[in-house]
Amino acid sequence: MKRLLVKYLKPYWKLILPGVILILLQAIAALYLPTLNAKIINNGVAKGDTHYIAVIGGYMLLVAALQTVCAVSSAYLGARAAMGFGRDVRGALFRKVESFSQNEVNHFGAPSLITRSTNDVQQVQMMATLGLTMLIFAPMMGIGGIIMALRQDVRLSWTLGVVVPLIGLMLGLVIKTAVPLFRSMQKKIDRINQVMRETLSGVRVIRAFARSDYEERRFEEANRDLTDVGLKVMRLFAVMFPSLFLIMNLATAGIMWFGAHRIDSGGMQIGNLMAFIMYVMQVLISVLMATMMASFIPRASASAARIQEVLEVEPSIGDPERTDAPAVGEGVKRGRLEFRDVEFRYPGAEAAILSKISFTALPGQTTAIVGSTGSGKSTLISLIPRLYDVTSGSIELDGCDIRQMERAELWKHIGFVPQKAFLFSGTVASNLRYGDPEATDEELWHALSVAQAKDFVVEMPEGLNEPISQGGTNVSGGQRQRLAIARALVKNADVYVFDDSFSALDFKTDSLLRAALKREVADATMLVVAQRVSTIMHADQIVVLDEGTICGVGTHQELLETCDTYKEIVYSQLSAEEAA
Amino acid sequence: MTDGGSRHTRTGPGSGPGAGRSGRGSRRDQQHFGPPGLVGTGEKAKNFKTSFKRLMDRFRPERWLLVFVLVLAVVSVTAQVAAPQVLKRATNDIFAGAMSRQINARVEALGMSAGSWSKEEMVAQLEAAGETDLANMLAGMSLRPGQGIDFAAVGRVLIVVLAIYVLSALFAWLQAYLMAGIVQRTVYRLRREVDLKVARLPLKFFDDHARGDILSRLTNDVDNIQQTMQQVLTQIITAFLTLVGVLAMMFWISWELALISLVVLPVSSVLAMVIAKRSQKQFTLQWERTGNLNGHVEEMFTGHNIIKIFGHQKEAIEVFEGHNEGLYQASFKAQFISGIIMPVMMFVSNLNYVAVCVLGGLRVAQGTMTLGDVQAFIQYVQQFGQPIAQVASVANVLQSAVASAERVFEMLDEQEQSPEPEAAPALKEVTGHLVLRDVSFRYLPDTPLIEGLNLEVQPGQTVAIVGPTGAGKTTLVNLLMRFYEIDSGEITVDGVNTKGMDRDDLRRLFGMVLQDAWLFSGTIRDNIAYGREGATEEQMRAAAEAAHVDHFVRTLSQGYDTIIEEDSSNISQGERQLITIARAFLADPQILILDEATSSVDTRTEVLIQRAMARLLKGRTSFVIAHRLSTIRDADVILVMDHGSIVEQGTHHDLLCRRGFYWELYNSQFAEALQEAC
Repeated sequence: MKRLLVKYLKPYWKLILPGVILILLQAIAALYLPTLNAKIINNGVAKGDTHYIAVIGGYMLLVAALQTVCAVSSAYLGARAAMGFGRDVRGALFRKVESFSQNEVNHFGAPSLITRSTNDVQQVQMMATLGLTMLIFAPMMGIGGIIMALRQDVRLSWTLGVVVPLIGLMLGLVIKTAVPLFRSMQKKIDRINQVMRETLSGVRVIRAFARSDYEERRFEEANRDLTDVGLKVMRLFAVMFPSLFLIMNLATAGIMWFGAHRIDSGGMQIGNLMAFIMYVMQVLISVLMATMMASFIPRASASAARIQEVLEVEPSIGDPERTDAPAVGEGVKRGRLEFRDVEFRYPGAEAAILSKISFTALPGQTTAIVGSTGSGKSTLISLIPRLYDVTSGSIELDGCDIRQMERAELWKHIGFVPQKAFLFSGTVASNLRYGDPEATDEELWHALSVAQAKDFVVEMPEGLNEPISQGGTNVSGGQRQRLAIARALVKNADVYVFDDSFSALDFKTDSLLRAALKREVADATMLVVAQRVSTIMHADQIVVLDEGTICGVGTHQELLETCDTYKEIVYSQLSAEEAA
Repeated sequence: MTDGGSRHTRTGPGSGPGAGRSGRGSRRDQQHFGPPGLVGTGEKAKNFKTSFKRLMDRFRPERWLLVFVLVLAVVSVTAQVAAPQVLKRATNDIFAGAMSRQINARVEALGMSAGSWSKEEMVAQLEAAGETDLANMLAGMSLRPGQGIDFAAVGRVLIVVLAIYVLSALFAWLQAYLMAGIVQRTVYRLRREVDLKVARLPLKFFDDHARGDILSRLTNDVDNIQQTMQQVLTQIITAFLTLVGVLAMMFWISWELALISLVVLPVSSVLAMVIAKRSQKQFTLQWERTGNLNGHVEEMFTGHNIIKIFGHQKEAIEVFEGHNEGLYQASFKAQFISGIIMPVMMFVSNLNYVAVCVLGGLRVAQGTMTLGDVQAFIQYVQQFGQPIAQVASVANVLQSAVASAERVFEMLDEQEQSPEPEAAPALKEVTGHLVLRDVSFRYLPDTPLIEGLNLEVQPGQTVAIVGPTGAGKTTLVNLLMRFYEIDSGEITVDGVNTKGMDRDDLRRLFGMVLQDAWLFSGTIRDNIAYGREGATEEQMRAAAEAAHVDHFVRTLSQGYDTIIEEDSSNISQGERQLITIARAFLADPQILILDEATSSVDTRTEVLIQRAMARLLKGRTSFVIAHRLSTIRDADVILVMDHGSIVEQGTHHDLLCRRGFYWELYNSQFAEALQEAC
């Protein structure tokens, strides 16, 4: 945590330094008040000097005002610095993640990256806020309070030696009991939320099996567990606060007793005794504050470590220093994609997931890739836009190794439709214009009609401007896929990659879509990954993958005769008579 | 301090899996990081009064205990408030003792010989010498010139004070202890009620409402109610009583000084409220912007690939920077304004303190007040600040809790499905003879969907439901299972009208395998056993074998005890599907509803699923939402659906001859495949 704090707080030293000084002043002012009060009692009250009382009273007012001004200004500076710190860390994290390739994203997982940039940053920011205010203030008050108490009377200060450890011990005990309780409480809350989530998502199945009672029992159990832990937590606090006050009050009474003896022996004055008591209270309160704050440190430091982890990773895929661009002669179709003896293994993996992959996808043709789950289809496809880089061999686009191209340049040539059609919050149009920000409405409509999405977009009340919610959850799976396809089409790319993008479509739409693609995007190179045989059997070229290697390339007819894996796949979906 | 502690317990949904999916979730999250102390989420209830009353009504079963807790609180607070009053006698005794010791020297310094004067003599002499102030002060003391502090008296007072402190702590503890039970039990009841409600709501409710929204009400809102009630009830009673008690004591000691404090009270409450209100605004803004920013981050990270391939990184970062800067502005202001509350309150309290010191000092010097009184008063002034802040901020917290409660009550008020008929005929064994007679149904009153549907299915027959995507193929399932009630006509099973049956009894006759393979987090064994209550291990194994589950379960290190996770990374989609089939096997129903998968399942598992489904269908009346040509062709009846309604009905042959919608559908879907395959 230290490194993160130092690095990102450094730019704010101009705020922090005066802030610390102000807090120091604030502490001094707060500590000075009881001394002034003691003076009033000793020199004013005891001697009956009313003028003195009024003068010192005036000082007290000044000191109180000073304290407030310092507190407010330091709060201002602290808030500026801490929130600026949070903003900077968040920004650094976001930019870092944006520079990541799929490798790094996979390493952490998208949900974890999200938590790190949101919750974890908030934790650390909160720590910085506390650190810049209370965590500085409390020790100052504590140490200052002890010094001031000593100044009132040294011989009475042994009482501090009893009370401070006592309260420290008690707080330590409370925190030691509380931390596991809170953790367990969080688990129980997660559990009850999980049961609820499942009850809702499975409402049809639960009712179909008439097992509402079972769900009820599950919920009841989780509910009872949560209630029990909640009760424990609350009861802990029920003990804690009265005990804390009791210790403080007992300390007051004790100091009165021993102080009375000091006064009687002429060792101290009564005003000093009252000041002493106040200082002891201030010391105790600052111990309390510091302990409470300190209990946040482990959590924040875990968060900081998680953030640091992300910030330290360097993206494995970047732009080459010297770039190359494919040079294609006039009149030649662009988009020739060639795999040359490609091998790929995930970082740290023992075996390569793809090896000896060589084939060429030509412009104007459809190349289909089939294979069972885990055969490496999606991995193969993700090599094309350099979500991963090949570990040996090469992929060439129009004769140019894609690793030699600037990535932005490469991406311009590729229209990609991922397996999970992911739409962004906005409108239909804003999503489509991801492909080309300049695209006209006509172009959008054209892409929609090719993607067989025109009909339902027309029916939407707002048409192109129909709002899309995050992830595209307000349209059906099939609609989402078609919009994702349209988004890629708007791009007008040379190479189109469809990663099992027709799975949510019914057969009719599927075939209409394929026909439209053939007609409208005749010049481009098409790569299609699919599970459904009917989707790919008409392709110009089918690449059959089995356990990471190519076991057959050819047309449907050819493969039916030569490739057993292909035959197995076909027969699993079509009965023999349908296939033959 | 209280706030520091209770903030621990503010556990939002943030750390759970799938956190922050709903907008409200992430905003609530913010609560335990953001404001120090009692600041609500800034949400307002639509009807505060009614909802508040309803929320309070929840505590009705605990009302006598609440009264008792209130009594305890009164005792505890009274003791706590009385303590300084007792303690002041010790101060007075000590002061008097100290004065007694020095007084002779003081008097001699004035040029008189003190000798062994009693208090009265000394006061008289001083007055005569013109030292009126000193004389007055001494007159008010239990002066014993030359003797020093009366330790016996001080000791007695301190012991009483100790006893009072212990008593107060004890009662405070007991009160908080009981209150914990009250709050937890009440929330427990609320949770249970909500859960039971969910079981009684018609399916329409779940189809009409976003799952995220329902979930948020059931979890975030209930959590919020719990947190708030916990804070409010434990703090506010004590705070309020303390305020009253302290004020009373102040007046008792000195009404003049008390009046000063009384001026301070409204000033600081108003100040606190004004500031709280301002910070409230900023916090609301901060929450909103945090929500926006988190939403953007979530979206950009989830769509990382797309962002890259479509070259949108720069835009993503630009938008992020905008959100980030906005959040910074709002949170900096929120932090600052809320950071001001404490110093400002402290200042007001310090003003009070100085006023008491000065005026009290003057009064003591004049002899119209004792030093102990001043000390006690100072203690009261210090006790004053905290409860004011608490009482002032309670309004805000309550707002958010009542808004949450309102959302929960809204759900509790939702219309439930019609009650089960009493003395319903229980059909244990049926042949599976199903008749739909003149069935009409519409989801929306003015959009006719199914009109006058007639269908008879003989035991063991298969009905295939076909149609393009979104044709409403699940509607029929909804009606057969009585997830939705038909508007007119009747559905009978073995001649018994389903409307007259208990829903659970009816549904036990059916088995269902849906495409979205719903499993709950638990072991594979529990998930299969879900199919039938009280199934034996052998029966479970047999079902698993029939559904080809046994084979892959054996490859898992934990076997049937393998826990299925919610996001289920440990078993594949296809394997989940098989488990749901095993579940249906175990249920062994006479009537089946199957949904053939279209989703991507690898080919080998696909073969297993097909075989398992075929075996399951054998000898049972079944409704299949069909995608596979062979299933459709072999079906006894085909229902062709389009735009929600049934457009054609008949056998494969009949329908082809009719050259209608089915024929068209058949040609587009399969003919091409067939031709190319040939």
